[in-house]
Amino acid sequence: MSVPLDQVLIQTLNGIVTGMILALVSSGLTLIFGIMDVVNFAHGELFMLGAYVGVLTLAATGNFWIALVVATLVIALLGAAIYLTTLRPLIGRDPLTTILATFGISLVLQNYALWQFGPVSRKIEEPFTGHFTLFYLDYPFYRLAVAALAAAIIGGLWLFLKYGTYGIWIRATTQDRVMAQAMGIPVPWVLTAVFALGAGMAAASGVLFGPLVGVNSQMGANWVLRAFIVVVVGGMGSLGGSIAAAIFISLLEAYASLWFSPAQAVIVSFVVLILTLLFRPTGLFVSTPK
Amino acid sequence: MSGAVVSERTAMPGAPAETAPLAAAAPLLKVDGIHTYYGKSHILHGVSLVVGRGEVVGLLGRNGVGKSTTLKAIAGIVHPAQGQVVFDDHPMLRLRPHKVARLGIAYVPEDRRIFRYLTVLENLRTGLDRRGVDRAAKARLLDKAFAYFPRLAERRGQTGGTLSGGEQQMLAIARAMMLEPKIVLLDEPTEGLMPSMVSQIGEIVGALGGEGVAVLLVEQNVPLTLQACRRVYFIEKGVVRHHAMAADLHVDHPAIHQYLGV
Repeated sequence: MSVPLDQVLIQTLNGIVTGMILALVSSGLTLIFGIMDVVNFAHGELFMLGAYVGVLTLAATGNFWIALVVATLVIALLGAAIYLTTLRPLIGRDPLTTILATFGISLVLQNYALWQFGPVSRKIEEPFTGHFTLFYLDYPFYRLAVAALAAAIIGGLWLFLKYGTYGIWIRATTQDRVMAQAMGIPVPWVLTAVFALGAGMAAASGVLFGPLVGVNSQMGANWVLRAFIVVVVGGMGSLGGSIAAAIFISLLEAYASLWFSPAQAVIVSFVVLILTLLFRPTGLFVSTPK
Repeated sequence: MSGAVVSERTAMPGAPAETAPLAAAAPLLKVDGIHTYYGKSHILHGVSLVVGRGEVVGLLGRNGVGKSTTLKAIAGIVHPAQGQVVFDDHPMLRLRPHKVARLGIAYVPEDRRIFRYLTVLENLRTGLDRRGVDRAAKARLLDKAFAYFPRLAERRGQTGGTLSGGEQQMLAIARAMMLEPKIVLLDEPTEGLMPSMVSQIGEIVGALGGEGVAVLLVEQNVPLTLQACRRVYFIEKGVVRHHAMAADLHVDHPAIHQYLGV
């Protein structure tokens, strides 16, 4: 049962890389939940469509970074359109209606992608292909770059929320929507912008993660499930909590796959979810205020 | 005291809300016959009142008669089904609350509604960071608020939720001042505060009036209201029943007993 140290270190690195991507997906989800109490079941499909827009833009321009930016912007606009047409009319209704609405959108987008792009996975080429030797492995630099980029995007989001005027508007709206309006904050605009921001972050994660896995119409579903676990374990709506939970769960899964197959290792995150719901339903990492 | 009661009583009962003789010449705010509903219950049955520029006006009445709802209707948070609100010659009905705020109506709600996880300074920035306010103007507005409430300056980096009740009330008023309002709607600002704080709130209301900012004050504290306000409206069951110059009233006045007594 003993595991060599080099494998533990490799899995630590893998866990952090996956954790940063998961954190990026989850922070969009938790931002949307925190500000409008909408559980966005279409978040995974925004991730998946972002990856596809990345594939198309990469094919057209040959530049990965342009593809990253274009995918983010296009999916942010799509997110705004989804919010305005589907969610805004449901404000003030039973929260169940928004769950059904976003679930419906996720089915539509998933099947659209299947119809448009077919069942065969597409590949996004890595923007750079260097390796370094990690024990017995050739570890790609790109994996580290992904983690760093995801961290940079999350860090940028944090700075924006903390110091920017619009960040203050978003936090004020999250805490008290009516009072925010009474202070002259254009809340309908803020809600649309946050949905667009969350969608854009999902798309960016999709493009960044594209080179590591294939791009196909099902890829969103796997991620959104884990992102939901992260959001619950991190404390619904808490950004810092989601980031901590994403890394925590990814590390646990990475270590678990030292003993079990990766497919079985996923069970670990469900165990964490169930234990959290049983013993600490407000979330494991809730010290960070909204 | 009883002599005064008799002489004024004749003018009081059932007096229509005829505001013209008492109101300032150019009303800043005119509320005309507004009706509101919460679901099926009819809350306001045609409230009418006016507030002049820079005038401090009180709104008195028992609990649940519609005083807070009147303020919410003016702030655009509750939309009246009927009636009119005209502010500074703008018809306000069905305007979204953020647009109402931008026109110069600041709302300080009953439970203060501080943004609990924002710092004092961030709470102020919710009203300060808007188009048309340059850096110098922001500094000037902040300085003014901190001069009124030095305690807030000390606690500017602290989150709103950690402040005491009195400090939260100061912050709620200071936050409203960041909008450079033409009128402040104050809903029970002294509720639950200790006496020293109550008199400070009274001074602030007077100071706002002195700066030319109108105030519509809802209060349970009758002496404070009579002292701070120029005119007072009495509201009962969703209708304005009576109004008078504050100088003509005192705590034992029959109007006070009729509309506020138990």
